[in-house]
Amino acid sequence: MTPSNPEFETECIRRILAGEKHLFHELIRPCERPIYFLLLSLLRNEAEAEDAAQETAIKVYLNLHLFRGDSQFRTWVLSIARNEGLGRLRKAVTRREDSLDAGTDEQTGDYTPAILTSWREIPSEALERKELGGLLRSAIETLPEIYRNVVLLRDIEEMDVRQTAIALDITEGAVKVRLHRARAMLQRDLAPRLKAFAPKRKGLFGWGA
Amino acid sequence: MRIDCKHVWQHISSYIDEEIDAALRAEIDHHLETCEICSAVLDSTRNLVVLVADDRVFELPAGFSQRLHARLDKELELVEPS
Repeated sequence: MTPSNPEFETECIRRILAGEKHLFHELIRPCERPIYFLLLSLLRNEAEAEDAAQETAIKVYLNLHLFRGDSQFRTWVLSIARNEGLGRLRKAVTRREDSLDAGTDEQTGDYTPAILTSWREIPSEALERKELGGLLRSAIETLPEIYRNVVLLRDIEEMDVRQTAIALDITEGAVKVRLHRARAMLQRDLAPRLKAFAPKRKGLFGWGA
Repeated sequence: MRIDCKHVWQHISSYIDEEIDAALRAEIDHHLETCEICSAVLDSTRNLVVLVADDRVFELPAGFSQRLHARLDKELELVEPS
Protein backbone atom coordinates (compact mmCIF):
# COMPACT_ATOMS: atom_id res chain seq x y z
CA MET A 1 0.00 0.00 0.00
CA THR A 2 1.20 3.49 -0.75
CA PRO A 3 0.43 5.85 2.10
CA SER A 4 -1.67 8.81 1.09
CA ASN A 5 -0.05 12.20 1.05
CA PRO A 6 -2.67 14.95 1.49
CA GLU A 7 -0.33 17.82 0.62
CA PHE A 8 0.79 16.20 -2.60
CA GLU A 9 -2.82 15.40 -3.46
CA THR A 10 -4.12 18.91 -2.78
CA GLU A 11 -1.36 20.51 -4.81
CA CYS A 12 -1.78 17.98 -7.59
CA ILE A 13 -5.55 18.55 -7.79
CA ARG A 14 -5.06 22.31 -7.88
CA ARG A 15 -2.61 22.02 -10.77
CA ILE A 16 -4.75 19.52 -12.70
CA LEU A 17 -7.77 21.82 -12.43
CA ALA A 18 -5.55 24.66 -13.62
CA GLY A 19 -4.76 22.72 -16.77
CA GLU A 20 -1.87 20.34 -16.04
CA LYS A 21 -4.01 17.35 -16.96
CA HIS A 22 -1.13 14.88 -17.23
CA LEU A 23 -0.61 15.07 -13.44
CA PHE A 24 -3.77 13.04 -13.01
CA HIS A 25 -1.75 9.90 -13.76
CA GLU A 26 0.37 10.48 -10.66
CA LEU A 27 -2.61 11.40 -8.52
CA ILE A 28 -4.55 8.22 -9.27
CA ARG A 29 -1.61 5.80 -9.27
CA PRO A 30 -1.55 5.10 -5.48
CA CYS A 31 -5.30 4.33 -5.63
CA GLU A 32 -5.14 1.73 -8.41
CA ARG A 33 -4.80 -1.30 -6.19
CA PRO A 34 -7.63 -0.55 -3.76
CA ILE A 35 -9.93 0.54 -6.61
CA TYR A 36 -9.39 -2.72 -8.48
CA PHE A 37 -9.64 -5.04 -5.51
CA LEU A 38 -12.72 -3.34 -4.10
CA LEU A 39 -14.39 -3.72 -7.49
CA LEU A 40 -13.21 -7.31 -7.80
CA SER A 41 -14.70 -7.98 -4.38
CA LEU A 42 -18.03 -6.52 -5.49
CA LEU A 43 -18.18 -7.85 -9.04
CA ARG A 44 -16.24 -11.12 -8.68
CA ASN A 45 -15.08 -10.99 -12.27
CA GLU A 46 -11.61 -9.83 -13.26
CA ALA A 47 -12.45 -8.38 -16.67
CA GLU A 48 -15.47 -6.51 -15.36
CA ALA A 49 -13.54 -5.24 -12.34
CA GLU A 50 -10.81 -3.91 -14.63
CA ASP A 51 -13.32 -2.15 -16.88
CA ALA A 52 -15.10 -0.71 -13.84
CA ALA A 53 -11.74 0.44 -12.44
CA GLN A 54 -11.05 2.36 -15.65
CA GLU A 55 -14.51 3.92 -15.54
CA THR A 56 -13.94 4.86 -11.92
CA ALA A 57 -10.66 6.61 -12.73
CA ILE A 58 -12.38 8.57 -15.50
CA LYS A 59 -15.23 9.56 -13.19
CA VAL A 60 -12.73 10.70 -10.58
CA TYR A 61 -11.07 12.88 -13.21
CA LEU A 62 -14.34 14.36 -14.40
CA ASN A 63 -15.52 15.09 -10.86
CA LEU A 64 -12.24 16.26 -9.43
CA HIS A 65 -13.61 19.73 -8.73
CA LEU A 66 -16.11 18.16 -6.33
CA PHE A 67 -13.47 16.76 -3.98
CA ARG A 68 -13.70 18.80 -0.79
CA GLY A 69 -10.95 17.30 1.30
CA ASP A 70 -13.22 16.35 4.21
CA SER A 71 -12.14 12.74 3.77
CA GLN A 72 -8.88 11.40 2.39
CA PHE A 73 -8.61 11.52 -1.39
CA ARG A 74 -8.29 7.73 -1.56
CA THR A 75 -11.46 7.31 0.49
CA TRP A 76 -13.36 9.61 -1.81
CA VAL A 77 -12.06 7.67 -4.81
CA LEU A 78 -13.14 4.37 -3.26
CA SER A 79 -16.66 5.72 -2.68
CA ILE A 80 -16.82 6.43 -6.40
CA ALA A 81 -15.49 2.93 -7.13
CA ARG A 82 -18.07 1.41 -4.81
CA ASN A 83 -20.89 3.32 -6.53
CA GLU A 84 -19.60 2.19 -9.90
CA GLY A 85 -19.56 -1.43 -8.69
CA LEU A 86 -23.01 -1.25 -7.10
CA GLY A 87 -24.43 0.39 -10.23
CA ARG A 88 -23.17 -2.50 -12.33
CA LEU A 89 -24.54 -5.06 -9.91
CA ARG A 90 -27.96 -3.45 -10.06
CA LYS A 91 -27.91 -3.64 -13.82
CA ALA A 92 -26.88 -7.28 -13.93
CA VAL A 93 -30.04 -9.31 -14.42
CA THR A 94 -28.51 -12.50 -13.21
CA ARG A 95 -27.16 -11.16 -9.98
CA ARG A 96 -27.74 -13.28 -6.95
CA GLU A 97 -30.26 -11.97 -4.45
CA ASP A 98 -27.66 -11.65 -1.76
CA SER A 99 -25.08 -9.74 -3.71
CA LEU A 100 -25.90 -6.21 -2.56
CA ASP A 101 -26.68 -6.16 1.11
CA ALA A 102 -26.47 -9.76 2.05
CA GLY A 103 -26.24 -10.51 5.69
CA THR A 104 -26.64 -8.15 8.56
CA ASP A 105 -24.70 -7.35 11.65
CA GLU A 106 -27.55 -8.70 13.71
CA GLN A 107 -26.39 -12.26 13.22
CA THR A 108 -25.34 -13.61 16.55
CA GLY A 109 -24.17 -16.97 17.67
CA ASP A 110 -20.99 -17.83 19.41
CA TYR A 111 -18.04 -18.41 17.30
CA THR A 112 -15.49 -21.04 18.11
CA PRO A 113 -12.08 -20.58 16.54
CA ALA A 114 -9.94 -23.36 15.21
CA ILE A 115 -8.23 -24.72 18.27
CA LEU A 116 -4.66 -25.43 17.49
CA THR A 117 -1.32 -25.58 19.13
CA SER A 118 0.62 -27.08 16.24
CA TRP A 119 1.85 -23.79 14.81
CA ARG A 120 2.16 -20.19 15.89
CA GLU A 121 3.46 -18.34 12.92
CA ILE A 122 3.78 -18.78 9.19
CA PRO A 123 6.64 -16.49 8.15
CA SER A 124 5.97 -14.13 5.24
CA GLU A 125 8.71 -15.86 3.24
CA ALA A 126 6.34 -18.80 2.92
CA LEU A 127 4.42 -16.64 0.42
CA GLU A 128 7.14 -17.52 -2.08
CA ARG A 129 5.13 -20.71 -2.37
CA LYS A 130 2.28 -19.84 -4.71
CA GLU A 131 -0.17 -22.25 -3.10
CA LEU A 132 -0.14 -20.27 0.16
CA GLY A 133 -1.25 -17.09 -1.62
CA GLY A 134 -3.90 -19.11 -3.43
CA LEU A 135 -5.21 -20.53 -0.17
CA LEU A 136 -5.46 -17.06 1.40
CA ARG A 137 -7.13 -15.59 -1.67
CA SER A 138 -9.73 -18.31 -1.97
CA ALA A 139 -10.57 -18.10 1.75
CA ILE A 140 -11.15 -14.35 1.42
CA GLU A 141 -13.08 -14.75 -1.82
CA THR A 142 -15.51 -17.16 -0.18
CA LEU A 143 -16.35 -14.78 2.68
CA PRO A 144 -19.81 -13.17 2.40
CA GLU A 145 -19.50 -9.84 0.62
CA ILE A 146 -20.06 -7.56 3.61
CA TYR A 147 -17.11 -9.20 5.37
CA ARG A 148 -14.95 -9.44 2.27
CA ASN A 149 -15.16 -5.70 1.56
CA VAL A 150 -14.09 -4.81 5.08
CA VAL A 151 -11.17 -7.25 5.09
CA LEU A 152 -10.12 -5.87 1.76
CA LEU A 153 -9.95 -2.26 2.89
CA ARG A 154 -8.81 -2.78 6.49
CA ASP A 155 -6.41 -5.72 6.28
CA ILE A 156 -5.33 -5.83 2.66
CA GLU A 157 -5.17 -2.13 1.82
CA GLU A 158 -4.58 -1.20 5.48
CA MET A 159 -7.01 1.70 5.68
CA ASP A 160 -8.12 2.88 9.11
CA VAL A 161 -11.55 2.22 10.60
CA ARG A 162 -12.88 5.70 9.85
CA GLN A 163 -11.82 5.77 6.21
CA THR A 164 -13.11 2.24 5.68
CA ALA A 165 -16.47 3.25 7.15
CA ILE A 166 -16.70 6.27 4.84
CA ALA A 167 -15.67 4.34 1.73
CA LEU A 168 -18.23 1.58 2.38
CA ASP A 169 -20.90 3.91 3.75
CA ILE A 170 -21.32 1.98 6.99
CA THR A 171 -20.71 2.92 10.62
CA GLU A 172 -17.35 2.54 12.32
CA GLY A 173 -19.00 0.06 14.68
CA ALA A 174 -20.08 -2.06 11.73
CA VAL A 175 -16.53 -2.00 10.38
CA LYS A 176 -15.21 -3.36 13.67
CA VAL A 177 -17.88 -6.03 14.04
CA ARG A 178 -17.53 -7.22 10.47
CA LEU A 179 -13.76 -7.25 10.65
CA HIS A 180 -13.86 -9.29 13.82
CA ARG A 181 -16.23 -11.85 12.28
CA ALA A 182 -14.24 -11.98 9.06
CA ARG A 183 -10.96 -12.60 10.83
CA ALA A 184 -12.62 -15.23 12.98
CA MET A 185 -14.01 -17.00 9.91
CA LEU A 186 -10.63 -16.86 8.22
CA GLN A 187 -8.85 -18.22 11.27
CA ARG A 188 -11.32 -21.08 11.59
CA ASP A 189 -11.11 -21.88 7.91
CA LEU A 190 -7.39 -21.45 7.41
CA ALA A 191 -5.65 -22.39 10.64
CA PRO A 192 -5.95 -26.15 10.08
CA ARG A 193 -4.84 -25.86 6.47
CA LEU A 194 -1.90 -23.56 7.08
CA LYS A 195 -0.16 -26.06 9.29
CA ALA A 196 1.72 -27.37 6.26
CA PHE A 197 3.42 -23.99 5.83
CA ALA A 198 4.71 -23.66 9.37
CA PRO A 199 8.43 -24.07 9.84
CA LYS A 200 9.29 -27.54 11.08
CA ARG A 201 10.04 -27.57 14.75
CA LYS A 202 13.60 -28.64 15.30
CA GLY A 203 14.11 -31.71 17.40
CA LEU A 204 10.59 -33.04 17.09
CA PHE A 205 11.16 -35.37 14.21
CA GLY A 206 14.89 -35.81 14.27
CA TRP A 207 17.20 -35.34 11.34
CA GLY A 208 15.23 -37.45 8.93
CA ALA A 209 12.05 -35.36 9.08
CA MET B 1 -12.67 -10.62 37.44
CA ARG B 2 -11.46 -13.73 35.68
CA ILE B 3 -12.32 -14.00 32.03
CA ASP B 4 -12.80 -17.20 30.13
CA CYS B 5 -11.68 -18.34 26.67
CA LYS B 6 -14.91 -17.34 24.93
CA HIS B 7 -14.60 -13.85 26.31
CA VAL B 8 -11.05 -13.63 24.97
CA TRP B 9 -12.13 -14.83 21.52
CA GLN B 10 -14.77 -12.10 21.36
CA HIS B 11 -12.12 -9.45 21.71
CA ILE B 12 -9.30 -10.89 19.63
CA SER B 13 -9.77 -8.56 16.69
CA SER B 14 -9.91 -5.41 18.87
CA TYR B 15 -6.95 -6.72 20.84
CA ILE B 16 -4.90 -7.08 17.64
CA ASP B 17 -5.90 -3.57 16.54
CA GLU B 18 -5.19 -2.19 20.03
CA GLU B 19 -8.69 -0.85 20.35
CA ILE B 20 -9.55 -2.12 23.82
CA ASP B 21 -9.15 -0.34 27.10
CA ALA B 22 -6.23 -1.01 29.37
CA ALA B 23 -8.20 -2.93 32.00
CA LEU B 24 -9.58 -5.45 29.51
CA ARG B 25 -6.19 -5.77 27.86
CA ALA B 26 -4.63 -6.58 31.20
CA GLU B 27 -7.29 -9.25 31.84
CA ILE B 28 -6.66 -10.80 28.45
CA ASP B 29 -2.90 -10.69 28.88
CA HIS B 30 -3.27 -12.40 32.22
CA HIS B 31 -5.44 -15.11 30.65
CA LEU B 32 -3.00 -15.59 27.78
CA GLU B 33 -0.14 -16.25 30.17
CA THR B 34 -1.74 -19.46 31.29
CA CYS B 35 -3.91 -20.49 28.33
CA GLU B 36 -1.99 -22.05 25.50
CA ILE B 37 -5.10 -22.47 23.35
CA CYS B 38 -6.05 -18.80 23.45
CA SER B 39 -2.52 -17.65 22.85
CA ALA B 40 -2.30 -19.94 19.79
CA VAL B 41 -5.65 -18.62 18.52
CA LEU B 42 -4.42 -15.07 18.99
CA ASP B 43 -1.08 -15.76 17.31
CA SER B 44 -2.65 -17.53 14.33
CA THR B 45 -5.23 -14.78 13.85
CA ARG B 46 -2.60 -12.07 14.06
CA ASN B 47 -0.42 -14.03 11.67
CA LEU B 48 -3.27 -14.21 9.14
CA VAL B 49 -3.70 -10.44 9.34
CA VAL B 50 0.01 -10.03 8.55
CA LEU B 51 -0.06 -12.53 5.69
CA VAL B 52 -3.08 -11.14 3.86
CA ALA B 53 -1.55 -7.64 3.95
CA ASP B 54 1.41 -8.90 1.93
CA ASP B 55 1.29 -7.51 -1.61
CA ARG B 56 2.17 -10.92 -3.00
CA VAL B 57 -1.22 -12.32 -1.99
CA PHE B 58 -3.29 -9.96 -4.10
CA GLU B 59 -1.50 -8.83 -7.23
CA LEU B 60 -2.95 -6.64 -9.94
CA PRO B 61 -3.44 -8.47 -13.26
CA ALA B 62 -0.46 -8.18 -15.62
CA GLY B 63 -0.67 -4.99 -17.69
CA PHE B 64 -3.51 -3.54 -15.59
CA SER B 65 -1.74 -0.28 -14.90
CA GLN B 66 -0.59 0.25 -18.51
CA ARG B 67 -4.11 -0.32 -19.84
CA LEU B 68 -5.61 2.01 -17.25
CA HIS B 69 -3.22 4.84 -18.05
CA ALA B 70 -3.57 4.34 -21.80
CA ARG B 71 -7.33 4.72 -21.44
CA LEU B 72 -6.87 7.76 -19.22
CA ASP B 73 -4.60 9.33 -21.80
CA LYS B 74 -7.35 9.09 -24.39
CA GLU B 75 -9.88 10.52 -21.98
CA LEU B 76 -7.63 13.35 -20.82
CA GLU B 77 -7.17 14.47 -24.41
CA LEU B 78 -10.91 14.67 -24.92
CA VAL B 79 -12.12 16.56 -21.91
CA GLU B 80 -11.17 19.23 -19.46
CA PRO B 81 -11.99 18.47 -15.85
CA SER B 82 -15.05 20.58 -15.19
